[in-house]
Amino acid sequence: MTGALAAASHVAAITTPFSVPPALMDTLQVVILVLVAAGATMVVLTRQPARQAIALSAYGLLLALMFLAFQAPDVTLSELTVGAVALPLLLMLTLAKVRKRE
Amino acid sequence: MTAVQRRWLFLAGMAILAGFYLWGLTELPGFGNYPGPYGFVINRIAVAQTNATGVVSAVNFEYRGFDTVGEEFILFIAAIGVATVLRQLRNERTHESAGHEGLGAGSAETTDAVRLATLVFVGPAVLVGWFLGSHAQTSPSGGFQGGVVLATAFVLIYLAGEFLVFRRFSPIDLVDSVGAVGAGGFAAVGITAVALGLPYLTNFLGLGTVPGAVSSSGTIALISFFVGIEVAAAFVLIVGELLEQTLLVQRGGR
Repeated sequence: MTGALAAASHVAAITTPFSVPPALMDTLQVVILVLVAAGATMVVLTRQPARQAIALSAYGLLLALMFLAFQAPDVTLSELTVGAVALPLLLMLTLAKVRKRE
Repeated sequence: MTAVQRRWLFLAGMAILAGFYLWGLTELPGFGNYPGPYGFVINRIAVAQTNATGVVSAVNFEYRGFDTVGEEFILFIAAIGVATVLRQLRNERTHESAGHEGLGAGSAETTDAVRLATLVFVGPAVLVGWFLGSHAQTSPSGGFQGGVVLATAFVLIYLAGEFLVFRRFSPIDLVDSVGAVGAGGFAAVGITAVALGLPYLTNFLGLGTVPGAVSSSGTIALISFFVGIEVAAAFVLIVGELLEQTLLVQRGGR
């Protein structure tokens, strides 16, 4: 985690009333990484496709939070829209289609 | 090969893979380590050069605009490809001419509560999508995210059980055309620059005077708009084709 601080020192630090202390930010990053790992495992262990699509949506939300914690708000927005909404939706539609055929 | 042999083969392969993986990890640069000067240079000059405070958008639509044209056409062609494949399937099966009746309100057996909860969000989804798409130059949003949110508004109409309304709001020909205008508009912005005697995708519009103003940053905002409508159209197109496959095509089939 110290590497991030060393790299960040190249850029002039901007402090606002909303700035989060670096130590807290590091903790947040570790917590969200653990959650992402747990979420990915959860998706893999969910065997029923429809439930898996919902789990994937929740996992997309976690990934979005992770990108936010790593200071990539643009990727957060993309992940929210695509990972948490669009991809699970397409999966559900495909499942509905496949089930109808059976 | 017996089960025991297979397991040993797997374990041996796993061990080799794990070895290489760990070896690779030892050589990784430190966490957050960024060796290149490119990002620092961009951070320093982007706002002054483009008047866009959404520097990510400035990179996407200005410094790396040519990359983004390619990406946009990848999306465009992918959506066309999905639509083509699904439409072919439909032609194979609509001989029974599945009726449209019963696909309006309530066909998906949605309750009033679900319909209300989804329809209430249609307006906000349009607003947020439009905001995101039109504020690429001032925020970390952009046409891509805005386009998907815009498309969500149409999907919400479907989720409320109103497939026919969904279709009426997004007839395939119109969606196709809007998508084409979006994809072509991006390329046309670049060609306009060439026509003006500038390199392709040069920012030929006025940059505005105030960095961070919505009217600033010239073609960055324009390109974001085109990307937005293209992405929205592509997404609505794919969802619409899938819905048609699910709801209409199989109805008369079996």
